[in-house]
Amino acid sequence: MSPLVLDQVTVRYGRSTVVDEVSLTVEPGQTLGLVGESGCGKSTVARAIVGLVPLTGGHVLLGGRPLPRRGRRRPVQMVFQDPYSSLDPRMSVGESIAEGFAERLSPVARRTEVARLLDLVHLDPARAKSLPGRLSGGQRQRVALARALAGRPEVVVADEITSALDVSVQAAVLNLVREMQRELGLSMLFISHNLAVVRYVAHDVAVMQDGRIVESGPSDEVLTVPRDEYTRTLLEAVPGAGA
Amino acid sequence: MRRVLTPLGITGFALLALILFLAVFAPSIWGDRATTVDVPSALQGSSSEHWLGTDALGRDLFARVLVATRLSLELAAIATVIRVAVGLLLGTAPMFLGRRLGGVVMAAVTILVAFPALLVVLFLATIFGVGATGAVLAIGLAGAPSFARLCHTLFASVEASDYIAAARTAGVSRPRILFRHVLPNVAEPLVVSATIDMGYTLLAFAGLSFLGLGVQVPSYDWGQLMQDNLSRIYTDPLAAIGPGLAVVIAGLAFNFIGEAVARSFGTRDDVRRPVAPPRRVPASLRRQDQPDLLTVEDLRVDFTTSRGVSRPVRGVSFSVKAGEAVGIVGESGSGKSMTALAVAGLVDEAGVVDAGRLSFDGADLLDGGDHRRLLGTSLAMVFQDPMTSFNPAHRIGAQLAEVGRTHQALGRRVAWARAVDRLQAVRVREPERRARQYPFEFSGGMRQRAMLAMGLMGSPRLVIADEPTTALDVTVQKEVLALLGEIREQEGAALLFISHDVSVVREVCDRVLVMYAGRIVEDLPASELDESSHPYTRALVAAVPHMETDTDRPLAVIPGQMIDPSESPAGCAFAARCPRASVRCGVEEPVLEVLPSGARVACWHPGEARSVLMEKAEVRR
Amino acid sequence: MTLQLAAPAVRPASWLGGRWVRFAVRRTGRLLVSVWVLATAAFLMVHAVPGDPVRAALGANAPASLVEAKRASLGLDRPLLEQYLSFLQGLVTGDLGSSIVTQVEVSETIRTGLPGTLTLAVAAFVLAVAVSIPLGVGIAVLTRRGRARRTEFAFAGTSVVLGTIPDFLLGVLLVYLFAVELQWFPVAGRSGPESYVLPVIALAAGAVAILSRIMRVEMLAVLEADYMRTARAKRLSPLRTYLVHALPNAVTATLTIGGLLLGGLVAGTVLVENVFAWPGLGGTLVRSMLGKDYPLVQGIVLVYGVLVLLVQTLVDVLLALLDPRSTIGDS
Repeated sequence: MSPLVLDQVTVRYGRSTVVDEVSLTVEPGQTLGLVGESGCGKSTVARAIVGLVPLTGGHVLLGGRPLPRRGRRRPVQMVFQDPYSSLDPRMSVGESIAEGFAERLSPVARRTEVARLLDLVHLDPARAKSLPGRLSGGQRQRVALARALAGRPEVVVADEITSALDVSVQAAVLNLVREMQRELGLSMLFISHNLAVVRYVAHDVAVMQDGRIVESGPSDEVLTVPRDEYTRTLLEAVPGAGA
Repeated sequence: MRRVLTPLGITGFALLALILFLAVFAPSIWGDRATTVDVPSALQGSSSEHWLGTDALGRDLFARVLVATRLSLELAAIATVIRVAVGLLLGTAPMFLGRRLGGVVMAAVTILVAFPALLVVLFLATIFGVGATGAVLAIGLAGAPSFARLCHTLFASVEASDYIAAARTAGVSRPRILFRHVLPNVAEPLVVSATIDMGYTLLAFAGLSFLGLGVQVPSYDWGQLMQDNLSRIYTDPLAAIGPGLAVVIAGLAFNFIGEAVARSFGTRDDVRRPVAPPRRVPASLRRQDQPDLLTVEDLRVDFTTSRGVSRPVRGVSFSVKAGEAVGIVGESGSGKSMTALAVAGLVDEAGVVDAGRLSFDGADLLDGGDHRRLLGTSLAMVFQDPMTSFNPAHRIGAQLAEVGRTHQALGRRVAWARAVDRLQAVRVREPERRARQYPFEFSGGMRQRAMLAMGLMGSPRLVIADEPTTALDVTVQKEVLALLGEIREQEGAALLFISHDVSVVREVCDRVLVMYAGRIVEDLPASELDESSHPYTRALVAAVPHMETDTDRPLAVIPGQMIDPSESPAGCAFAARCPRASVRCGVEEPVLEVLPSGARVACWHPGEARSVLMEKAEVRR
Repeated sequence: MTLQLAAPAVRPASWLGGRWVRFAVRRTGRLLVSVWVLATAAFLMVHAVPGDPVRAALGANAPASLVEAKRASLGLDRPLLEQYLSFLQGLVTGDLGSSIVTQVEVSETIRTGLPGTLTLAVAAFVLAVAVSIPLGVGIAVLTRRGRARRTEFAFAGTSVVLGTIPDFLLGVLLVYLFAVELQWFPVAGRSGPESYVLPVIALAAGAVAILSRIMRVEMLAVLEADYMRTARAKRLSPLRTYLVHALPNAVTATLTIGGLLLGGLVAGTVLVENVFAWPGLGGTLVRSMLGKDYPLVQGIVLVYGVLVLLVQTLVDVLLALLDPRSTIGDS
């Protein structure tokens, strides 16, 4: 296990700079929470890490080496916000998960592995044959998590994975995230606009505003004694926070 | 497939079968008859022997129309193949040629699409020369740009979807993404489009042959037969029109099939009209006025859909006092938004709203009278999605001023001035300039302010806010909530605040109604949410992490799913998910009972130890 | 719409004016580029004809000297680039060359034929818009949420059938019914107002069928929109809700989709003119195509193309007036 390091990562679209020299480190086995408001660039950071968005500047390094952009092995996997659009509607749950496998497996091995992953995310392995249309939002998000785990990643990037879910389902997914993280020793970059959610899952927190990181550090420090003005504003805006 | 076999689809397939049969067998069955020259009986009108009459050489026209099916269809098919092949090639060019070169191709396609196909056909026919080959090439190529654009649009939308991003992240190869993800998801609309276009291609050939630019003698297709006999419209109308009818029937076959398939995708008209007229309690049976601003008794909303009756609201009773802030919380499907809409009289026509009593500000909203003015000035609404709740075609100021013009008989200038004033009241900066802007020039938070300003055009006694801050960032949410508080203070307005977020409701409201599966399960002061009696309320509160949540313990979860609004369980709707459920809960529906404290709860086992719930949650892990 | 008028006549803020100026500049730019592409295509058309266009026009029996002389007079013996530049120069000055067959100047032929074609196309355009918008709105309101299923089915059936009948065939049917049998209207030719009735209907009917269907679907979609709920929450009269709040948005969407169709009316005149022996450019175009009179074909195609582009520009301007968003960015 090795740290995921973002070194001065910059992303520009035309003339606008969306991500501005962001440096972050996701320590092995730890969860880094990335918080900020809509349009601050946090989702772009996620997409830049997994190569969906080209970097204008800087590096993304895993264990000191750049991430592979070719081939089946992808040590960084991602889970997306909208569980209704992140699964191909015409592909069964099992097939979707199997796409994430890093190596070719025999049909039997595939089936067992898919069943193991479904069980891991607390879904009935018989669901492997279902199409995503038959699943609820929470179940879909579990499948998405299973697909991310299929590639046996070292780091999982989770981009607002609970913001489209009802609160009771959110709780179950958050519990699952923590369980995965603890039992598999995963490193995770957990992106959310919800400070309470980030506080619940993350060891460290980075606060992003207008493409820049304004403050970062251990969760209990940043979220209790914030040093940055913007972090304070965010904390004060949380409903029920001393208003 | 079953949904394709509507009367329309069946007619289409039947016609297509007939045409295919003729294309295959007509030349061998009627081929001789169609070519037998019989000069003495030339140019005859319709008769029992010659249904459509004969042509200038005495050949039977009906047989010629039947035999011409093959050539007409062949030409159209080849042209369609050319169109689809070239269109696919052009449409997917950006994928193969890279962004820049592909962009040039698509720019060219965009310019070409602007020209009508017929014009391009004529242009190309000039180059390729008069005749069947030239016509096939011209018609095929002329259709290619529009097909290319359709391909491009579909590919681009699928390419941009999250599941493609997920596959790329997972290291799935380009070709595999194309074949496993992209093609299956674009194939259906492309096939439908190609089918419908096959019909239009047939018509295009007929047009070209009709102009004498298509199929040349001695070959003949339907258009050529039409051109040949058109001048006989005065004497033998059937001879002139017969070949045209064949073209139309063939065109209809493809159009019907395409239409039927396209309809089976999108079924927008799914909701059917209610069968039974709404049941109403006679006015005399309703109780007379009481000091509550809003009184709702036994409110029900039913929708009749093709899948049966859906009941999102099943007997809801509550009241709101003047100036009071009442929250309704619940998860999606609990019926909270539908309750708000029903109270405001905004349930769309497919829904049947019924209540024992529904009165607002002393007026009985169910008496069938015209309450537009009262509701228009005293009831303000704020909806969830600020991006779609304003009409994009009109200026913000005009949309506000409209209220004053309609209900307060204000003149144009006065109404506009009031709109500007109200925008200022919700602290929109530069209200004169902002009033002249269109909604798309406003940010989400600004639009919610403007929506509140719209409610303030009158003097609202009640503000109904349906998830007004769900789409907003926390800092903006804070401002909008503060604004709501100010309005309550200044106008003395009551608030009905619908939200899925317990922590927001707790902050804004005096009293909270917790809804589950279309019913109120608990009604309690917001300050007592942590000591609630109903297991669902407890779980809902415990499931949401807040800034003091113990991070070492798992969050409380509610296993299972909410019942569908079309089901009606015998007992408590929550029983299947409830840690306290007993036999009684499964058979007998709990009633909403008033507790000594004034709070209400609908549960057979209220207020049992919190630890039970937590233990169960532990066990479930 | 009336709602827009509710705003007092204030000078638009300067940047708002800027948006319109930018729209005008961008739209004009696009029109010019399209015209240039069209002109270039028309120029290349003659050169793309396989073999020698002059030989093809004059026939296999024409003496070689005549062909050579003709080639020289058309400038076909000069370098391609030089020909291209003089062609573009000719366009600007209105010189489109002359017919190979009749020696008449192309611009002269166009001048005689254009009014007939133009009046036909404009009348059909107006009729199509004037009928399909109220029809689509009316049917949408009647059949919303699965009401009046029979009306919906009858409308859908009629519009599919009417949309499938090609305009020239419809023209023939109309002639048979109303000119031959009932003798209400003249069979052919362009004379008084009554001579316009049948050709204009034949040309516009297909467009009406398709446009009114699009209009209905768009209107139904608009009726479900969130802002319509806002309008109802304002307790406006139903008429005002439909006309002021729903209609502009539905028309915008319909024009966006159906704009191309209206341009297609211009090309449709070619077929309809042939049915009704209408004195316009359509008949000339077909005759010159059959006679391989390339300069004439080139000139007429160019005119049709420009007309189509003008119709589309008009539609875009209408859209911009109805929907302020379409002035920003290219749709």
